[in-house]
Amino acid sequence: MAENQWQATASWGALQQRAKTLSEIRSFFSERNVLEVDTPVLMRGATTDLFLDSISADVEVSGKTERLYLQTSPEFALKRLLATHRQSIFQIAKSFRNGEAGVRHNPEFTMLEWYRPGFTLQELMTEVAELVTLLLSVRPVRLDSYRNLFARYVDCDPFLASMDELRALSLEKTGCDMTGESRESCLDLLMSHCVEPHLGRNEFSFVYDFPAGQAALSKVEVVDGVPVAKRFELYIDGAEIANGYDELLDAEEQARRFEMDNAGRVKQGKPELPWDKKLVAALEAGLPECCGVALGIERLLMVRYGYQNISDVIAFPYAVV
Amino acid sequence: MASYSTNDFRSGLKVMLDGDPCAVLENEYVKPGKGQAFNRVKLRNLKTGRVWERTFKSGESLEAADVMDIDMEYLYTDGEFWHFMLTDGSFEQHAADQNAVGDTIKWLKEQDIYTVTLYNGEPLSVSPPNFVELEVTETDPGLKGNTAEGGSKPATLTTGAVVKVPLFVNIGDKLKVDTRTGEYVSRA
Repeated sequence: MAENQWQATASWGALQQRAKTLSEIRSFFSERNVLEVDTPVLMRGATTDLFLDSISADVEVSGKTERLYLQTSPEFALKRLLATHRQSIFQIAKSFRNGEAGVRHNPEFTMLEWYRPGFTLQELMTEVAELVTLLLSVRPVRLDSYRNLFARYVDCDPFLASMDELRALSLEKTGCDMTGESRESCLDLLMSHCVEPHLGRNEFSFVYDFPAGQAALSKVEVVDGVPVAKRFELYIDGAEIANGYDELLDAEEQARRFEMDNAGRVKQGKPELPWDKKLVAALEAGLPECCGVALGIERLLMVRYGYQNISDVIAFPYAVV
Repeated sequence: MASYSTNDFRSGLKVMLDGDPCAVLENEYVKPGKGQAFNRVKLRNLKTGRVWERTFKSGESLEAADVMDIDMEYLYTDGEFWHFMLTDGSFEQHAADQNAVGDTIKWLKEQDIYTVTLYNGEPLSVSPPNFVELEVTETDPGLKGNTAEGGSKPATLTTGAVVKVPLFVNIGDKLKVDTRTGEYVSRA
């Protein structure tokens, strides 16, 4: 990095827009009695997702060194808070993802995450739509199932298509050779290349009922004969802005998913990671039925104010740190 | 030969794709929230000039292409080949065929310096400087005093290139032309 490149990349105007947006978000939640909370960035549990890499830090206290992990989102800690106090909460949290840098990615970014005990996924989508309507402008809200979008833009059934069919489609549509790659990776490729660019054009586009393999921390239910993850994503102007879950409450299932993630990591030659035992203990004690959603603040600023590069809305992005 | 991973793909990097040398134009990092990361890459096939869009898994690599951009002086043409010489004092010469010279043919002036792209040691393409100075060989007579008024006329240059010029330009005038747009800039 050039040593003389010391200036902030964001303009003063962009910093004002950022401050204004954060203040409007805080008012939005304050009016709805959703409490702002703060949770640690450094925690003992890492994210185990195969394609989400935590950044670690060695922390020494009283001569004892421990490896802690910068959180990829405040999810684990917020769920422990939920299990403790059973109230609606939100956090605007610095979050960290190793290896992610590009025009829409920065290894360190800001996540707005909130949880609503007693809300259905539909109710949470409505609240997300209300927030973005307040911040951007009025646009029609559109809801599509993942399955319908694949039928429309890829001409295939993401739940029933064979691996051969998915790999052939990947090669045909993107030129990417997906030999040996998983079903979920083929679907991610097709979704990001063939579907996403169409979403959220002059509307707020919600996608729901994802393949069960993309459940992460959401519930799974059978819909129209196939297991679907009770999740949604919000797209605006072709960009993924938010990701909501009907939260998994089953502690045993949660522990099983963490273990499965780790098994997948080992297969890929990645290190096994310590998963959050305290989160599983919190689920055992009982998390209220709730829905939660995470929204990328920088992405939101980009679509709100028409910036093309994430470095326009961050004072000191990775390249300049 | 070396290879480059998608993380190294920068604009201008030369790599081999499907057996042809290509130049990377754009490299966009694409990653669905919790999914696998990809790089969506735009490349120009240096043989055909066509632009390809291809997606790679992040971390995938491509072999480096033995492609070099070298400044050379244009010497002459024998009708079949256009001959260029290195400017480093080595007097090393390279012969480019019509395919390699392409559209640059209309800006070729002896003793001017061009960028010759060599692939495995052979000229693959020739690029002109952004501006060249060429003499007018043919145009309607200039209108005296008409230096401010709008209006234009075609003028043929020594190389055969035809550019639109202001009405006051005369045969024998030397003109500065922008090769990227093919537009007249000024009298030289």
